[in-house]
Amino acid sequence: MPRYAMVIDQRRCVACMACVVACKKENEVPPEQYRTRVVEKIEGEFPLLRMELRSELCNHCDNPPCVYNCPTGASYKRKEDGLVLLKKYRCVGCKSCLAACPYDARYINEKKGFADKCTFCEHRIKEGKEPACVATCIGKSRIFGDLDNPQSPVSIALRENHAEVLLQEAGTKPRVYYIKRFGKPE
Amino acid sequence: FLLWAEEQGMLKATYVPTFCEICFWKCGVMAKVINGRVVKLEGNPNHPGARGKLCGRGNGGAGLLYDPDRLKTPLISSGARGEGKYKKASWDEALNLVAEKLTRIKQQYGPEAVALFTHGTPTDHFLPLLSAFGSPNVGMPSFAQCRGPRDVGLELTFGESIGSPERLDMVNSKVVVLFGSHLGENMHNSQVQDYAEAVGKGAKFIVVDPRFSIAAGKAHTWLPIRPATNIALLLAWINIIIRDGLYDKEYIGAYANGFGELAEAVRDCTPEWAEKETEIPAATILETASLMAKNAPAVCIHPGRHATWYGDDVQRTRCIAILMALLGTWGRPGGTFFATTASFPKMESKPFPEPSREPLNGGGYPFAGGEGVTQAIRTSTINGKPYPIKGWFVSGTNLMKAIPNEKETLEAIKKLDLLVAVDVMPFDTAMLADVILPECTYLERYDALAVGKGKSLTVSLRQPVVEPMYESKPGWWIAKELAKRLGLDEYFPWATYEEKIKAQCAHWGINFEELKKAGTITIPDTAAPYITAETPPKFKTASGKIELYSNELKEKGFDPVPRYTQHPQPASGEFRLIYGRNAVHTFSRTTNNPELHELYPENEVWVNAPRAREMGLVNGTYVTLVNQDGVRSNPIKVKVTERIRKDCAYMVHGFSTSSTSLKKAFNKGADDQGLITRYEVDPICGGTGMRVNFVRIEKEAPHA
Repeated sequence: MPRYAMVIDQRRCVACMACVVACKKENEVPPEQYRTRVVEKIEGEFPLLRMELRSELCNHCDNPPCVYNCPTGASYKRKEDGLVLLKKYRCVGCKSCLAACPYDARYINEKKGFADKCTFCEHRIKEGKEPACVATCIGKSRIFGDLDNPQSPVSIALRENHAEVLLQEAGTKPRVYYIKRFGKPE
Repeated sequence: FLLWAEEQGMLKATYVPTFCEICFWKCGVMAKVINGRVVKLEGNPNHPGARGKLCGRGNGGAGLLYDPDRLKTPLISSGARGEGKYKKASWDEALNLVAEKLTRIKQQYGPEAVALFTHGTPTDHFLPLLSAFGSPNVGMPSFAQCRGPRDVGLELTFGESIGSPERLDMVNSKVVVLFGSHLGENMHNSQVQDYAEAVGKGAKFIVVDPRFSIAAGKAHTWLPIRPATNIALLLAWINIIIRDGLYDKEYIGAYANGFGELAEAVRDCTPEWAEKETEIPAATILETASLMAKNAPAVCIHPGRHATWYGDDVQRTRCIAILMALLGTWGRPGGTFFATTASFPKMESKPFPEPSREPLNGGGYPFAGGEGVTQAIRTSTINGKPYPIKGWFVSGTNLMKAIPNEKETLEAIKKLDLLVAVDVMPFDTAMLADVILPECTYLERYDALAVGKGKSLTVSLRQPVVEPMYESKPGWWIAKELAKRLGLDEYFPWATYEEKIKAQCAHWGINFEELKKAGTITIPDTAAPYITAETPPKFKTASGKIELYSNELKEKGFDPVPRYTQHPQPASGEFRLIYGRNAVHTFSRTTNNPELHELYPENEVWVNAPRAREMGLVNGTYVTLVNQDGVRSNPIKVKVTERIRKDCAYMVHGFSTSSTSLKKAFNKGADDQGLITRYEVDPICGGTGMRVNFVRIEKEAPHA
């Protein structure tokens, strides 16, 4: 059974937004709403500056607050591969999950009345393809695969680099890992 | 619903290969079509420019196709020029009118009195039409407003330019030097892929830019240079490398001419001298020079693309080229590589008539290229010298936003008997035209085969993914129909463009059906990308060698070895206006694209944070920019940031369209080109240096 995860190699991100546009097209995301974004952070004072570019999306947590807080059972963690998904027909659009998610990964699809978010392009994985954002990532900054397969690109990337997760202290056990800088695993 | 229906197996998705035209990298696209609708665009894995990926703009290409503001029918002006009043017309009406007016100009002033301004694939249709008509006067902003000085500088030194896509071997570089090239914000697909690969492999980047660009954010050394002093930095680097014996002696000995004269000329260009000009510490200049030398020849010095900055741009490129030569990077792994030697056999076609008058599109500049000098045509249109220009045919370029000094462009347009625009969208320039001919988008048409010359030879097909919407028509059809009405059909001796391409494929030994399915065909490689003992380089210069000292320039009265001259700097209270790109936009072409507009709907002006605090500017509020000639911009948001020098104001190019028909983009942000009323012309090739304007910032602009 696969355990899907994504690794974001921030060193290679060039903030080109190809992932953002591809995701919106692939998943028919409504105008002004996004399932992924690229955050830009600057530290320091001219001319001693440091820049961080960070793609953010649903972390498909192993300990997902959105699932625990869903009153209708619409949000669920899929047993076979660990994706956090949504049964649209059970969602009433109450926004509990939006409030529960510490990563601001969800939005309400106003036209259709249900909560929505990144699915790791579950429909593409099924066809043996990578998620749309990964497939079009110009910098090969987004890496996708199965944590249980030692040969998968995510396993290799995590083995060879020091990686972190966002808000580790929240205890959500995310499945999106970030490689910030050059360095071996600690 | 479509996705759901597709999942249920009710609708089948088909993929149609073609290539992109949102910018001019011509990336291979696989268009996913469900039920006659383009639902997604993906990169073609076979295509060397795309490698299976598209940038944000390419991903948003269908936004152009389905933009509700598209030009839908031919339009004929029913008011004064520029008033924006149009009546719908049939194709027959519009084409007849254009043909009639062109004929009248030809009779009265000669065929040379018609000029073509063009960019991108429409050129393949309208340039033959212009030549058949008998005029040599074509102007492409891609020369005098963009790559021209770079290409000329490289040609003068190495005998050839670097092509598009640039033949940079960045993936193998240990050091990469960027001058203002903001890769990542400037999204040339495969080049940015190579750049990210180099970053990922740990190459060291030296980024010279007054702004902390995304690329500067990845750099080993960021050099926040004082604008207009690049030549000083380059000469100091050249001097250090010669002085300390760090150059590639074998390479220079074998391939270069004029080393002695060069060494003599740069002797006084010390790092201490350059520090005063550039405001980069001498120690940093020394350190970066030795970093390059230590890693040579695996050093990629990017010659840039948009090179029209200060009017001495050919000479700046010459400095870059000389530095490349000293480090021995031209034709070496990690530097630049050579193009394949394979090519396709020429097709015989009917020769065009010889114009009876000299072309005026060279503007008298000794090294003006075949793409013409746009503003030279504009000047002749205004003053009628050496002969009058009475008709402008504009395709695929928005001149108002492309050429500096909009006032001059408007003045020239006033003198015309006819202005015709072929475009997909009602851009500023189209809305000044007497007749507007709506071209369909790149997803709805055939265009000329795209031949790529990188390490291998490729041919790519543009074919319709869906049928043209509304009454829009492909460029080839418009050109052919006009030719028919002008009695020039013999130059377009085919019924459809597909037929023409098929014949070409047959001539080239390409299987057309296979090309239709694959989108791109790569011809087995014959390239010798790098210099080896078996494959010595050929330099197509006069001397057959790399010209460190240029006799050609000397003969024409220019400096044979580049020299530094000081440029004016902004007074206190002023900022130098610099401009660049955003990753999701191409010029002014994409500002109304619904899928890209939402990511960056309006531009902002970047102001250095401490200086903004002094001036009391608040991040996100609107201000007005006023240039030295009193031109005022639209209200524009301030971005208060540490990421820029105190003496510069930066904005993304292409915003604030004056066309009310572009409902999303109209009046959004400010127009940099409007503020560029002054420009410094490069006397060598006619390039217009456009970073020579200074602006003041006025607070609290009321925002409409």
